[in-house]
Amino acid sequence: MALEVTQVLLNAQSADGAVRKLAEENLRQFQEQNVAAFLLSLSHELGNNEKPAESRKLAGLILKNSLDAKEVQRKGELAQQWLALDPAVKGQIKASLLQTLSSAAPEAHQTSAQVIAKIAAVELPQGEWPDLVVSLLKNMAEQPISHLKQATLETLGYVCEEVSADVLAQEQVNSILTAVVQGMNATETSNDVRLAATRALYNALDFAQTNFENDMERDYIMRVICEATLSADVRVRQAAFECLVSISSTYYEKLAPYMQDIFAITSKAVKEDEEPVSLQAMEFWSSICDEEIEIQEEYGGDFSGDSEVPYFRFIKQALPALVPMLLGTLTKQEEDQDQDEEVWNLAMAGGTCLGLVARNVGDDIVPLVMPYVEENISKLDWRSREAATYAFGSILEGPSLEKLTPLVNVALNFMLNAMKDENNHVKDTTAWTLGRIFEFLHGPSVDAPVITQANLPLILTVLLGSIKDEPNVAEKVCGAIYFLAQGYEGTGGLSSPLSPFFQNIVQALLATADREEAGDSRLRTSAYETLNEVVRCSTEDTAPVVMQLVPVILQKLNLTLEMQILSSEDKEKQSELQALLCGVLQVMIQKLGANEATKYGIVQYADQMMGLFLRVFACRSATVHEEAMLAIGALAYATGVEFGKYMQEFYRYLEMGLQNFEEYQVCAVTVGVVGDICRALDDKVLPFCDGIMTQLLKDLSSNQLHRSVKPPIFSCFGDIALAIEEHFEKYLMYAMPMLQGAAELAAQQANRDDEMIDYSNQLRNGIFEAYSGIFQGFKKSKAELMIPYAAHILQFIENVYQDKDRDDLVTKAAIGVLGDLADTLGTNAAPLFLQFVFYKDFLDECLSSDDQQLKETAEWAQIMVNRIA
Amino acid sequence: MARARIHKRTISDQQRRRDLALERQKECRRDLQQHARQLASSIADHHHPHYNLSNPDFQGLTDGSNEELSYGDEEESSSSSGHSEGVLGLLEGTRLRGSEAKAWYAQQFMLPEWMIDIPSHLKRDWYVMARPAGKRCLVISSSGTTFSRTRNGKLLHCFPSALPNGAKIRDVAAPSHVFCILDCIFHEPDSTYYILDVMCWRGYSLYDCSTEFRFFWRDSKLSEEKVFVPPSTYHRYRFCLVSVNECNEAGLQAAYCGPTSFQRDGVLLYNRHAHYVLGITPLALLWKDADCSQFPLDTDSKGHVPAHQQVVLRLQSDGTVVTGDDRPVVLGIMPEQFLSQSARYLKPGSLLRFDIGDQGLCIVDGKPVTADIHYQGPANRSRASADSCTKILFQYASRHSPLTIMDLLAAIETLDDDSDSLMIDTDDGSLEQRSS
Repeated sequence: MALEVTQVLLNAQSADGAVRKLAEENLRQFQEQNVAAFLLSLSHELGNNEKPAESRKLAGLILKNSLDAKEVQRKGELAQQWLALDPAVKGQIKASLLQTLSSAAPEAHQTSAQVIAKIAAVELPQGEWPDLVVSLLKNMAEQPISHLKQATLETLGYVCEEVSADVLAQEQVNSILTAVVQGMNATETSNDVRLAATRALYNALDFAQTNFENDMERDYIMRVICEATLSADVRVRQAAFECLVSISSTYYEKLAPYMQDIFAITSKAVKEDEEPVSLQAMEFWSSICDEEIEIQEEYGGDFSGDSEVPYFRFIKQALPALVPMLLGTLTKQEEDQDQDEEVWNLAMAGGTCLGLVARNVGDDIVPLVMPYVEENISKLDWRSREAATYAFGSILEGPSLEKLTPLVNVALNFMLNAMKDENNHVKDTTAWTLGRIFEFLHGPSVDAPVITQANLPLILTVLLGSIKDEPNVAEKVCGAIYFLAQGYEGTGGLSSPLSPFFQNIVQALLATADREEAGDSRLRTSAYETLNEVVRCSTEDTAPVVMQLVPVILQKLNLTLEMQILSSEDKEKQSELQALLCGVLQVMIQKLGANEATKYGIVQYADQMMGLFLRVFACRSATVHEEAMLAIGALAYATGVEFGKYMQEFYRYLEMGLQNFEEYQVCAVTVGVVGDICRALDDKVLPFCDGIMTQLLKDLSSNQLHRSVKPPIFSCFGDIALAIEEHFEKYLMYAMPMLQGAAELAAQQANRDDEMIDYSNQLRNGIFEAYSGIFQGFKKSKAELMIPYAAHILQFIENVYQDKDRDDLVTKAAIGVLGDLADTLGTNAAPLFLQFVFYKDFLDECLSSDDQQLKETAEWAQIMVNRIA
Repeated sequence: MARARIHKRTISDQQRRRDLALERQKECRRDLQQHARQLASSIADHHHPHYNLSNPDFQGLTDGSNEELSYGDEEESSSSSGHSEGVLGLLEGTRLRGSEAKAWYAQQFMLPEWMIDIPSHLKRDWYVMARPAGKRCLVISSSGTTFSRTRNGKLLHCFPSALPNGAKIRDVAAPSHVFCILDCIFHEPDSTYYILDVMCWRGYSLYDCSTEFRFFWRDSKLSEEKVFVPPSTYHRYRFCLVSVNECNEAGLQAAYCGPTSFQRDGVLLYNRHAHYVLGITPLALLWKDADCSQFPLDTDSKGHVPAHQQVVLRLQSDGTVVTGDDRPVVLGIMPEQFLSQSARYLKPGSLLRFDIGDQGLCIVDGKPVTADIHYQGPANRSRASADSCTKILFQYASRHSPLTIMDLLAAIETLDDDSDSLMIDTDDGSLEQRSS
């Protein structure tokens, strides 16, 4: 068998498709016949030094894939499959893998290290394989050959990456750290070993909480890392800086004693080292900025000393030295960096960090940066001009408006002129800076706006001229128009300062989207998305232009259906373009549909629109188009009950959307559209409800579906019940257990982090919205159906009432359901209210709230309850 | 390993579109739930401090404003934006919230369509009553006071009444959740509120109850409360029920010409099964002729019936002029040149007055498709909205071939309910009535 396996594995990598296919089929059959023997023979293949590297590596990969998968459900199944294997077989495989670590072939020992970590991830949480760490460390104790040392350190690193911190005992953590730090030590002669150790430490840092509490241990670890940043091997230096970056966020509160040294080594690296290293050194400071900005946001500038996390103001202290270092990187641009979206270099990292520093320290950055800007912005060398512009643009978020407004008032004309610069990069950055000016210094909340009636015409002349420039510049111009429009959002219904230019802006954006080369970059996307914002922020006086735009976009969407599709690339292009156009239509439907006077601008095209959406759906076989779905939701909202005529044809796509577990966003969007349709059709949605409810119930029971979709599904139950009223009866016996189960789940969550609390609140909100809809739906004729559930629901409300983590939305929803219950059940519920006396306190709490909506809901609920209690 | 950092961040709109869609859906859901809960019925009554109607200053102001109120009929004083400056001036102190309250109240009425054809099953499914001439209003009692608001949301009276919680009487302190909302017509000549309908009684909502049930409630519960006692210090205005009749021959006759204590202005019909829905509904109908109304045809400001039928339409931004319905019907288009010449005052949304010329209306499926309309000028500023389709058709029919009392009686007598009476349009666009 073993010989055969080698050949099959080699065949599976053959260039000949037929050979490859046969080999894959053989492997699958083998696996299905006898998993244990299959895995065992793979481990032997991997461990056998006589075998070719290619078959060994593939054996290891198949082994790895038999233990782990990306998708949660599959991952669980594979773990169960492994745990269920005969212990003797598992023992043999594991022994073979550990043995393979000493193999000289890098493919073999590296792959083996990964497989060991995967097994550890399955077994350690179950309390199995207790001697793993000990056996690995044994490799380090004797004077091992250096590739065994390397492979063992890699394994330790992978294990730390795979398992969570509470699985390893402190004792094990201590010995891992000892081994790792030893491997990193400057006395280690093999760079490969040192690199493996440094990367292992990166993964082990999360485990080192206790060790970082201890001054001596922490000093030692930090010293070793700092030394490693001076290694002769660029890979080690990079990995060491990655450790520092990780420490900057994980152990911010422990960093104070080391900052002086770290500043020295990072600024040296930024100035002198190779780019992969200098980028990481720069990242350290960006990461410190992130931490401190987060602390500032959390404590709102109120640092009384008793906050949980200390705030050292590292950035503020380092400012005088840090800013010149960052400015020094800005002139290290690459030629053509703006043509390629993948590029990331020191100049970009420096400017990004400068932006973070500005957000961190506010006004203090301005005097440190402005002299640089003034000195360089008119120089002959384009790098100086671009760097100065980039620096100026980077500090526009953070400092106060009082500080920035005078500067921008002076700079604005200069920037508008600079859009005529001879250099593409300068124009690119200038347009981006204009966008930042509009984003941060223009808008209804700005007291002294830099954009005035006087300079707006010039601004638009420049922007609409430059939008015809190179695609990268044009894209930034779109961004500037986006924020320019956004600043006028909500200025009120009748007219906007942008109105006189509206038609020209729309035409320019359409022309930009139509440019030949627009599809090669983000330009087309930016043009349409900017169009969206311009439409969203438009006012009544320009509604006729928006209405004229509808048939134009419909025509474009129609053209996508006639595109020639020869390759998967064509297909993708078509789909992207359809997404953008459906996006524009969605925005227009929502805009025109929200106003009675303009609604007909949409309604008159409803048939044509729906026809096109259905054809867009038909372009794909298995999935539905999210953007088309969103647009359809908006259309249902705009057309109301008239939407019924499309249901027959549309229904199968609705179902398809609800079945899309993989792209959960699509599923979530479709659930929202079901709500739209319920509200539009009312009881006319009834014929489709069996199918919809079946699918929603399946979604809820699925482990595959992303959990974030589940709360909206519950809300959707409420939408359906409210629409079909007493007809919801037949779904009640399925829906109620789901709701009750979810309610218990939401109540049980122990040791909750913020994310879990948030989710639990969403879940409860969804459950309450379901109950509200059901109560209200049954109120007229089937109230008695809810009597058996009333006690459970009141209990649930009480649990939520007692929970300190409930948010305002949940509170509002809960008190609403309290009223709905009393309203619908009437005197039937009276005995329950004697039993659940908490309702009085809950009502009192809500009645004294400052939140007007909550107060009104509570007042209503009180009336309902008082009628019967 | 490191966080993804973005150089020169550009826009991304897709998540925004999703979020906005979600936001819209949430809002719609909330609106629908709130409506289902008739939250509305309790908002205004007792919790906004500025609705503290026992405040004598406020009362003084509102009394002064009464003169400003229009005496329009059902359609004329339609919807919310009829802010006449005088009233706003007087109410300046509470303007913002005050006008919000007005807008809100203006939307709380169930508005009958004008009867342009005879509904099927008239006898089986409908009630009929005489409509008192006067101001349609909501009467709300709560927190020891009673106030009334007319069709455009304006406050009409604020007064003590014998309605539950409608007056501050020391001995009888009612809990705050006790409040009532009635649909009435205030009849000037005898200073009486004639009750048409009951939407809330002692905090109990009847909005989603059938007309049959509401009328039963109206006729039984109200008399229990001594609402119909003669006026006194704690009961300033008299309240009266308008008699409701089954829509049979006797019932219709009584509503049409039977003796009443009030001046009659047409006949109202209510579908038995309809809930109290807000806005214009075909399940309540208004019909009138010269025998049961002083003003069967619209009159101009001097009280004369103009030679040509007048209609008020709303100008849209594309130059078309439309009716005031939820789904506006386009009746014509203004010449572009004219619009641009008069752009200063002919803005989209303006209400314009037209004559219907000799060509009349062309009607398809019960809706006018084209009309021979002639621009007369801007509409009276007190007008809040354009004429509805059914009003235009009713007025048109009244001038050409009206639906007569005989037609109604004939429809009642027709036992075979399946053969409904039909309206069909003829080639010349005029209406022809055919009863089978």
